[in-house]
Amino acid sequence: MTTVSSATLPVQVGSDTRVADEVRVVGMVWERELIRYVRTRSRIVSGLIQPVLFLFVLGYGMSGLVGTTGGFNFREFVYPGVVAMSVVMTAMFSALSIVWDREFGFLREMLVAPVSRTSILLGKTAGGATVATAQGTIMLILAPLVGIHLTPILVVQVIAIELLMAVAMTTFGVFVASRIQKMESFQVVMQMLLMPMLFLSGALFPLNGLPGWLTVITRLNPLTYAIAPLRQVIFAAQNMSPAARARFPTNVTLFGYTLPIWLELTIVIIFALVFFVLAFRGLSRTE
Amino acid sequence: MTAVLSDQSRVRDQGATTLAVDVHGLTKRYGDLTAVGGIDFSVTQGEIFAFLGPNGAGKSTTIKMLCTLAHPTAGHASVAGYDVATRAKAVRRHIGLVFQEQTLDDQLTAEENLRFHAVLYGVPDGEIDRRITRVMELVALSDRRKDLVSTYSGGMARRLEIARGMLHTPKVLFLDEPTVGLDPQTRALIWEDIVRLRDEEGVTVFLTTHYMDEAEYAGRIAIIDHGAIIALDEPDALKAAVGSDTVTLETADDDMALNALKKAGYSAERSDSGLTVFVTDEEAAVGPIVASVGVPVHTVRAHRPTLDDVFLHFTGREIREQHGEAVPMFARAHGARRS
Repeated sequence: MTTVSSATLPVQVGSDTRVADEVRVVGMVWERELIRYVRTRSRIVSGLIQPVLFLFVLGYGMSGLVGTTGGFNFREFVYPGVVAMSVVMTAMFSALSIVWDREFGFLREMLVAPVSRTSILLGKTAGGATVATAQGTIMLILAPLVGIHLTPILVVQVIAIELLMAVAMTTFGVFVASRIQKMESFQVVMQMLLMPMLFLSGALFPLNGLPGWLTVITRLNPLTYAIAPLRQVIFAAQNMSPAARARFPTNVTLFGYTLPIWLELTIVIIFALVFFVLAFRGLSRTE
Repeated sequence: MTAVLSDQSRVRDQGATTLAVDVHGLTKRYGDLTAVGGIDFSVTQGEIFAFLGPNGAGKSTTIKMLCTLAHPTAGHASVAGYDVATRAKAVRRHIGLVFQEQTLDDQLTAEENLRFHAVLYGVPDGEIDRRITRVMELVALSDRRKDLVSTYSGGMARRLEIARGMLHTPKVLFLDEPTVGLDPQTRALIWEDIVRLRDEEGVTVFLTTHYMDEAEYAGRIAIIDHGAIIALDEPDALKAAVGSDTVTLETADDDMALNALKKAGYSAERSDSGLTVFVTDEEAAVGPIVASVGVPVHTVRAHRPTLDDVFLHFTGREIREQHGEAVPMFARAHGARRS
């Protein structure tokens, strides 16, 4: 069979990829994620219940055990972790909806369209990141209840870090979803992946003083590098005693070196880019 | 707007010279298995063309290659004037696709589903609303435009998908088993939609089916079996190849009746069930035949060869309606099933 090079064919009007069209596609896929998020109120509520449970039930329960250091208690420590938790869970759920899309055929509608998969994936990522950031930001309402002071600058910083975290977790979720062929596997993956990732990220307890093997796992966990900056900016805005700061350290240490916040965020960005490429490959395997 | 106009005028120019679908030696092999073995055919613009055959015959593989979802192992195919191997994106932009499985987002409204599709297929912003109104009219769902797809019945969802396939004004609309699993009334509605699309939008319709009665709506039919086209013609011509219409009579005196008929110029013979008269149009012939036999008639049966007869004639097997599989009598017992 002889292959005709496409360069020898006459240029056809309207058949070539146009940047404006691709941007519209990204916007449309993004819009769909938002419509679906707003339309399923139960998802918004259930996305709040679990973090609230961790914040108040675990928060009060552990406070007795951990005690108060310089006026700072476990609830205040765990608060940034719980905000991150709602971001991560919403982002993962949004990304894993690709499994649903495959089951109900809509993934096919997207993949056979004459648009690039990058646009679809960008739209999906932007949509998942937006709803996850929104969900995390809703959690800020609870800040006064646990004694965390919010300033306008802090809110901006938190939203920026949430967004970065959400992008990384959405691309990670899309990558995982592209490997899941059956709906039944979905729940298993959520349990086997999401919970360990959250527990071993520093969201719920400080990462210092863990046994060596556990330390290694936490340092391989991308979430570790996203939750530490969130806690740093929130704690920086609080009136904390030096004793409390020593009791609840925030920065990630790697081989005895304390990572600055910009390096932690850079690591999150690198994870996000790697996951984006993996997600793209995963999607390309389908259809 | 200008892009659309130039696009349409280009399509018109091409329409004058190019076939909607043109296939030469198209082949698809999966390892040792030949799913499609070098088929040739072409479809002209505005035609309704049906691929008829059992599951595993190569229908879906062919449609996948034409829609650029599968790469041909050998041979050439062009759709809407574009080569499927080298101009995949251009092909996809100029075809509408309706799959066997539903591909709607049922958490969105019909309009939102259509808007999503319009953007994915590059319909200009100014055109989207007009096209949505138009295609919803074509499938008579205008009053359900703002409803969630989850409130649609199976037949309505299927018609919405057909409307969606037409949204970006494709030159060729591919329908893979568009009526499978639907009740006869809904099937008839869908066929009305398809014929209306062709008449009003001038689209070429390429569809696969294993329902014999449906293939008769098509302008031409290709019967495909074991990856090869074994017959390709207009429905009437295919039937004519199988045999003529017959009218079978039981009368009070068959011998007298036979003589009377022969005297009247009919070709007739005695058969097990009475008298069989060979005619060109069974419906029109019944009256004159009964009038000319001259003896009391007990029963009359008129028969025109159906596509079932056609399929049986060309393949030696019947299409099994409920599974869409043509299976030789004993193959199932041995668990032999082509996939």
